Amino acid sequence: MRKSVLALLMVFVLLLAGTASAEVKDYKDFKLAAVFQTAIEEPWDGAIHQACILLQKELGFTYEFTEKVGAADFERVLREYAERGFDLIVGDAFLAGEEPSRRVAKDYPEVAFAFGSEFTFQEPNYSVFDNWIHEPSYLCGIIAGRMTKTNTLGIVAALPIAEVNRLVHAFKEGALSVNPKVKVKVAYIGSWFDPPKAKEATLAQIEAGADLIFAERFGVFEAAKEKGVLAFGNMMDQHDLAPEVVITGPVWNMGPTVRYCIDEVRSRKWKAGDLREWSMMARGGAYLAPFHEFQQKLPPEVLKEVRELEAKIMNGQFTVPIIETELKTD
Amino acid sequence: MEQVFTITFITGLLAAMMRMATPIIFGTLGEILSERAGVLNLGIEGIMLMGAMTGFLTTLTTGSLWLGVAAAALVGALLALFMAFLAVYLGLSQHVSGLGITLFSTGLAMFIYRLSVGSPVNPPTVRPFTQAAVPFLSEIPVIGPAFFTQYTLVYWAFLLIPALWVLLYRTTWGLAIRTVGENPLAADTVGINVNLVRTLCLAGGGALMGIGGAFLTLAHQNMFLIDVVGGRGWISIAMVIFGNWDPARGAAGALIFGFLDALQLRLQGLGFDIPFHLFLLIPYLMTVVALVSVSRRAAAPAGLLKPYRREEKG
Repeated sequence: MRKSVLALLMVFVLLLAGTASAEVKDYKDFKLAAVFQTAIEEPWDGAIHQACILLQKELGFTYEFTEKVGAADFERVLREYAERGFDLIVGDAFLAGEEPSRRVAKDYPEVAFAFGSEFTFQEPNYSVFDNWIHEPSYLCGIIAGRMTKTNTLGIVAALPIAEVNRLVHAFKEGALSVNPKVKVKVAYIGSWFDPPKAKEATLAQIEAGADLIFAERFGVFEAAKEKGVLAFGNMMDQHDLAPEVVITGPVWNMGPTVRYCIDEVRSRKWKAGDLREWSMMARGGAYLAPFHEFQQKLPPEVLKEVRELEAKIMNGQFTVPIIETELKTD
Repeated sequence: MEQVFTITFITGLLAAMMRMATPIIFGTLGEILSERAGVLNLGIEGIMLMGAMTGFLTTLTTGSLWLGVAAAALVGALLALFMAFLAVYLGLSQHVSGLGITLFSTGLAMFIYRLSVGSPVNPPTVRPFTQAAVPFLSEIPVIGPAFFTQYTLVYWAFLLIPALWVLLYRTTWGLAIRTVGENPLAADTVGINVNLVRTLCLAGGGALMGIGGAFLTLAHQNMFLIDVVGGRGWISIAMVIFGNWDPARGAAGALIFGFLDALQLRLQGLGFDIPFHLFLLIPYLMTVVALVSVSRRAAAPAGLLKPYRREEKG
């Protein structure tokens, strides 16, 4: 009797396991869509797109995207993907996309939505992410604080919005943590793409004494080259743009976020939530760009200090402060 | 404030003014040439972007910076010829044709750029023009490093100002251009081919706009990004009105704009406790103020915006 009960139980468990695994959607049947407000050359949307492309190559799901979707088209493009049976829709909802994307998500509760957003998630199916790369930014600050001879650092950024503020504050805090005498100069160029203006902002800062520059935007490195100072990149490994100038920089890797989303949706465990931890260092969503030539050029004790703190951030022993107010020139 | 009155600060400010004014001077002069012949070219923003893109790609593939500048001038002239076809020969609305060309060029620039380089993680770069010091003049304190240690295209822009002035006011060609812009019927009566003059002026102006765009991607920077022109074409249109369709005064407007833009970037680094938007606003605000103050006595060419057809009275 007991044996047969046990056998019955085992059959039951196996059956359950069988049905459960059958419910996990195969990668080749999975459909991922992305909706971007800018062209994919823009680094922020580009980071999402690059992650989707890499994962598509690795896992073999269907991936489609639409770029340069303006406010007027945002809702229509999203609805088309939802109607066409896409499992997961990701994208950039900042500003113009916030309202339409949340409205469409309400109408399609069976579709999963994950959007870059400055607001919180929306039950039951709309998750949010952002580039939480303040941790490697803080590490850059430590290098800057140790290396500066003038105790003046420059920061050239687009606009003081939360995602930018987090990075530049972390950079400053990192520098201050090793060098309390550090002062920062901040310039906002008021545009996402204006390399000539970013260059002029950098030249102005260098002329005023800054000897290391955090390049939140494109355009800084040319000025640094001309004036013989060093700089930090942002968003991706920008070494190739100016190998003699770029020490390192915070990199955003959307891979872990997209992979997590896909697997949650496939196994029908999708719940609305804040995905920020997947964009942070512990999960591999953020990291410090390789030093390349600067592995040799930086003082070994600075490298050691950075690697030690990096380990502490990874295992949770150290938390980088999150400050989202506008950073001003000291 | 002690930082403001140092030699480095003043030299840097003036040098930055020159660089930031240069693309706007090219745009302004190109637009003046077109409008003096009676055609408002609102395609300027898109033409500058196409110039920036074509110049960049040409240099990227051939390795020659001057070939890049030449290609930018050529594509600028071609787009302006398209404008001439629409606005001069078909006699369509100059506003609509010009905006159409800007929209078309913006899309086309991105399309060609992506076809050529794809979407790499980091944008490709070229080795840009370096600054060339003028012998002797560059050794004068303060103004030497500011005005005479610049990119070659900066010198071009400043030489073009008197050149265009002489062309417009001291040559028979200039007289023909101005007559076509003011009174095409009179010009036609004395045997000037109105549509041909307008077409040539548009093409020449378009070439200048293209070079202005190429300055951004080949000298001031070393890469092409979607929005690299960033409204400099529209500012040029404002400078034409500010300068009352005069090359020297238009260029002066561009210099003031460049000066204020260079100044606001420096003021941001001085640590005043005011919102950064106010800094960014300065050059644009001054443009509006200047336009309001001069527009009362602004005298646009009388034939501007009017397509010329023989049968119709001007």
